Amino acid sequence: MTAMTPLTAFDKMWNLHVVKELDDGSTLLHIDRHVMHEITSYQGFDGLRRAGRKVRSTDLTVAVPEHILSTDPGRTEESFGPGTDFVRTLRHNTREAGIELFDVHDARQGIVHVMAPELGIALPGATLVCGDSHTCTVGGIGALAFGIGSSQVEHVMATQVLPVKKPKRMRVRFEGTLQRGVFAKDLILHLIGHLGAGAGTGYAVEYAGSVIRDLPIEGRLTLCNMAIEMGARIGFVAPDQKAIDYVRGRQFAPSGADWNAAERHWRSLSSDAEAVFDQDILIDVARIGPKITWGTSPQHVINVDERVPDPAATKDPEARRNAERALKYMGLAPGDLLTDLPIHTVFIGSCTNSRLDDLRAAAAMIGGGLVAKGVRAMIVPGSTSVKRAAEAEGLDQIFKNAGFEWRESACSMCGAVNDDKVGPGQRCVATSNRNFEGRQGPNARTHLSSPAMAAAAAIAGKIVDIRTQGGMGAKV
Amino acid sequence: MQKFERLTAVAAPLLIDNIDTDQMIPVHRMLASMHPDYGAGLFANWRYIDDKAPNPEFILNQIPYTKAGILIAGENFACGSSREHAVWALQGFGIRCVIAMSFGDIFFNNCFKQGVLPITLPAATIRTLAAEIAASGGNDPLTVSLVDRRISSARGMVIDFAIDDGLREILLKGLDEIGQTLLHEADISAFQARDRLARPWIYSATPAAMRRAAAVSNAEVKSGE
Repeated sequence: MTAMTPLTAFDKMWNLHVVKELDDGSTLLHIDRHVMHEITSYQGFDGLRRAGRKVRSTDLTVAVPEHILSTDPGRTEESFGPGTDFVRTLRHNTREAGIELFDVHDARQGIVHVMAPELGIALPGATLVCGDSHTCTVGGIGALAFGIGSSQVEHVMATQVLPVKKPKRMRVRFEGTLQRGVFAKDLILHLIGHLGAGAGTGYAVEYAGSVIRDLPIEGRLTLCNMAIEMGARIGFVAPDQKAIDYVRGRQFAPSGADWNAAERHWRSLSSDAEAVFDQDILIDVARIGPKITWGTSPQHVINVDERVPDPAATKDPEARRNAERALKYMGLAPGDLLTDLPIHTVFIGSCTNSRLDDLRAAAAMIGGGLVAKGVRAMIVPGSTSVKRAAEAEGLDQIFKNAGFEWRESACSMCGAVNDDKVGPGQRCVATSNRNFEGRQGPNARTHLSSPAMAAAAAIAGKIVDIRTQGGMGAKV
Repeated sequence: MQKFERLTAVAAPLLIDNIDTDQMIPVHRMLASMHPDYGAGLFANWRYIDDKAPNPEFILNQIPYTKAGILIAGENFACGSSREHAVWALQGFGIRCVIAMSFGDIFFNNCFKQGVLPITLPAATIRTLAAEIAASGGNDPLTVSLVDRRISSARGMVIDFAIDDGLREILLKGLDEIGQTLLHEADISAFQARDRLARPWIYSATPAAMRRAAAVSNAEVKSGE
């Protein structure tokens, strides 16, 4: 390799973290930031104790309770009883190891993937891991971030590195003009529907193109969040001016001379013009409408005005059986329209869509309306700081006046980890990332959408095409 | 970690694509307590009626598959959540090998931490294998040899499979991966020393380092008063 070899942004970031190439073809990769939560870290702490090992780089490690916490207004660690031990164990473990904890009542508490960029813990060009598959979210600020299992959590605690195989490179360029009512969420749902839920396995995905250049950081975080829903552990947007402006001044962002050096460094981390990708995909966004899922995989997705596809048209036998199974579970038939489908629940939250821009987009759809009779609609801000910022601009009043529940920050109804669940057979429009069987509660039926689509559904009491609603501007 | 060399066991075909780790261990079973019976929670939403009685229609409730030690699956098996609990649930049930058309990446990696062998085979081979198992009513066991990288059936079917050498070694020897990495401790320290000069902010702009820096500067202010 010569000095002139064009490199992708991914290669540049990866190379900076190579501690050692191992004989078996894997790489010892340095981990700059390790973020832990209460569900997947205690097994690692137990493992360390059994082996008589210590956390190697406590400075590079932080923790926050957020998965199993109640979201009831005024919640404590005891509000959701089954979660109490998990939260207390995290507190005990982090205190004993000397790891910074953003505790239940800390103003900086939040869903890991929301609070990490907010606080400047996730940084452009830095590696970041967490025992959660949606860690790829923070690729939105240009970090190289990926989800790991509990054994790897323990591995990072003990060594600050991970032996990993280098993924292949995929670039997805979004070009064209966005339709009215189309958001980052619709772009990523479209991409997953287009490529399939396993298409990104083994790849690090760089999102690029003019649409991404114009996309605010919050939208990029949404886009990167769902890379794992097409199988890719890593999704990112190469650091640019928007990312630098976003990070500047955050509590744990570099400052002074360090900031100047960091900024110079981050500007060098874009893909060279001649860099080669293992897969290079071009998406014309013009035909992407507001998206809604009809089945039990994020790849089961259509524009909201399209009809549910007929599994009989699918040649592959497993894929056909899957689609049939999904339709049965969802209580739908081929050819059905999802618009006018009555719903029971609306969930606006999760690491996918719970940031301030998401709440603004949802509030903009309410237009003085009320949540439809018989619908439970909840807003769960992604972090305590998002919650306070939304309150400062009066969004909470808009939601509360319309009949939405205004709750505390945590993962909530995305994975039914606490008592925020969708009832059996009930239909929920959710801004989260997974419409798997039972994900939001046993036999719950999930339709994934953008926050604007979810808010509109709450008011209408049914799934609606927001392009036919008043007051909807084109924005992402 | 438990070694994996050879396994002869009943194999249960579950040819559904995109089975996610939420199905493998639903959250209400995974977090029922801090140390629940993960094996009992395996596929709970499919395996039990109202979370209690065994669902006779689910394959792992049907003899001989109740004793399955191998699972045969479709595309993108164990996609979704990073929960290693999905591997613990398989292990708890007694399944130590999954043969699938493709795997979710995090699950695939998690398997090697727990002595579970994931094998990827082409779709057509998996369909043939599943059909042969179904023809025997599941009674003919499969033998999986990691030593020989070979699957063989009681009726004489032989399938060779490929696996990364490093990962194979981990399972064959039951290696402690952290222990292996710690052999490179000097390299890790050298990297961090170099990196502190190249990217100082990675080490200085952290909650703990900034807290210490603030404490030092407060102390200096006080001593200067």
